[in-house]
Amino acid sequence: MSITKRYGKATILDGIELSLQRGEIFGLLGPSGSGKTTLVKLLCGIEEATEGSVQVFEERMPDLKLMKRIGYMAQSDALYVELTAKENLEFFASISGVKRAECKERIQDVMKLVDLEQHLNKKVEAYSGGMKRRLSLAIALLHNPDILLLDEPTVGIDPALRQKIWDTFEELRKKGVLILVTTHVMDEADRCTRLGLIREGKLIAVGSPDQLKTNTQTTTIEQAFLTYGG
Amino acid sequence: MRILALVIRILRQFIHDKRTMALMIIAPILVLTMLSLVFNGEELKLKIGAVNVPNAMIERIEGNNVTVTKLEATEDVKREIKENDYDAILNFGRSENEIHLEGSDPTINKAIVERIRSSMGSEQTEANMAIQYVYGSSEMTTFDHFGPVLVGFFIFFFVFLIAGVSFLRERTQGTLLRLLASPIKRWELVLGYVIGFGLFTMIQSAIIALYSIYVIDLKMEGSFFYVLIITLMLALSALTLGILLSSFAKNELQMIQFIPLVVVPQLFFSGLFNLDTISDYLSWIGPLTPLYYGAEALRDVMIKGQGISDIWVDVVVLIGFSLLFIILNIIALKKHRRI
Ligand SMILES: Nc1ncnc2c1ncn2[C@@H]1O[C@H](COP(=O)(O)OP(=O)(O)OP(=O)(O)O)[C@@H](O)[C@H]1O
Ligand SMILES: [Mg+2]
Repeated sequence: MSITKRYGKATILDGIELSLQRGEIFGLLGPSGSGKTTLVKLLCGIEEATEGSVQVFEERMPDLKLMKRIGYMAQSDALYVELTAKENLEFFASISGVKRAECKERIQDVMKLVDLEQHLNKKVEAYSGGMKRRLSLAIALLHNPDILLLDEPTVGIDPALRQKIWDTFEELRKKGVLILVTTHVMDEADRCTRLGLIREGKLIAVGSPDQLKTNTQTTTIEQAFLTYGG
Repeated sequence: MRILALVIRILRQFIHDKRTMALMIIAPILVLTMLSLVFNGEELKLKIGAVNVPNAMIERIEGNNVTVTKLEATEDVKREIKENDYDAILNFGRSENEIHLEGSDPTINKAIVERIRSSMGSEQTEANMAIQYVYGSSEMTTFDHFGPVLVGFFIFFFVFLIAGVSFLRERTQGTLLRLLASPIKRWELVLGYVIGFGLFTMIQSAIIALYSIYVIDLKMEGSFFYVLIITLMLALSALTLGILLSSFAKNELQMIQFIPLVVVPQLFFSGLFNLDTISDYLSWIGPLTPLYYGAEALRDVMIKGQGISDIWVDVVVLIGFSLLFIILNIIALKKHRRI
């Protein structure tokens, strides 16, 4: 089944057909304004398709039970800046149903992962842009979701830490988590299991990085992307 | 559980945001104090003219900032008051003893009448004393009279603004959508807000009411407990209305624009001005506004000393307003997420 999304008269997503499997990292690539964020919002249930529907584990979104199993990281950080990082984490942990006994441990784990343990008690106002991004990612991972929907998770994060975060994605994938990331960074695209190229609301190509390169007879994703776009 | 998380978060935000907390408590106190000083501040100096008043009585009236001047009998008391700046003229010796009050300042009116009453011997009964007003009338209010309205109004004003802006920020900073991407239910979200802000509002209302009654010394005939209940219910309606209207605002400035549109007009219908004189074209608005009921109940308790049997209708209506706004809020959130 394909989905179409319109805001008013403007068609933002046009007949997108896509099915994602557990245990894969799906990378969504596309120019700015092509509809990546809109697609992610549809998947996590805060927008609904004008035509067609999104199904997760055979259930139609939005569905509260499913939302418990999804970790979402929005493109713009949604944090309470006047609170400390710990207070943010505690709040989102209870909201997403992390058990109180596990809460402290989970917070330590995710903050270690994004390298922010020593800034736990700092107010988010005092965080840098990249630190906020990392905190948002930590929040998305808090409740051990089966599906991770991450809208440009690594913007403003330095290469070393980005490497570490992608290693974590890889580990989660092996555990059977489905990860969807949108990105503009091509070396990240190479680490995805599959890629989807989106342009002006249309999904123009789907396949593993190697498939896409072979199809376009190019050697890098960047070239492949440009070939499809051209 | 999720509601509790929201409540804790909101209270933590208050604790971190000392300025907002101070604004919500100190600003109403400050304004009320200023108003009370403006209206009751200075010692009154009264200038009274006397026609045919026995000397013994003049002596009793005089002193302590009151001067009495003997006048010739005059027909045109009104002109005498206007030209020589008397606050009042006593005209005795007719069939009826008359007090002509200048009348424009209710505080002065009250002071004069009380003064004269107390200086009259027991042989003079009130029945043969006629009070006439050159300007105004005995219906005019004093700070005691509109104090309760203002207490209600300022609580309403600040709770409306702060709750509205907080919920608006939740939307503009993206955390509302982030929350709706979690398994939280819409009613849990609204209820969390109501309880979190409600708790803070409870403290705020209590402090403002205590201050108004014991420091500003507003007239207080009834039970303090009822005042608390009324202000809390009024604050809840402000809170839920603020959250509701915030969904029609795009930014803080637009939220502030609701104040002259939605909050201030309520003051006009809350008894600050004489309700009987409001044009019929507008008078239907009053009963649609929460402050109308809150102010009435506060006046009943603080001025008339009435109890629950007289105010319960107002309190129930206020609860009704809050419930209605809560339900509308839950519906309004559908805009963001269907379930
Ligand atoms: N709420 C909205 N109302 C109307 N149009 C919208 C809305 N949200 C997004 N759009 C439009 O939808 C299109 C796709 O937006 P989207 O945010 O999905 O792009 P994107 O691929 O995520 O871009 P970027 O890489 O810059 O984040 C844009 O043209 C945008 O103007
Ligand atoms: Mg985007």
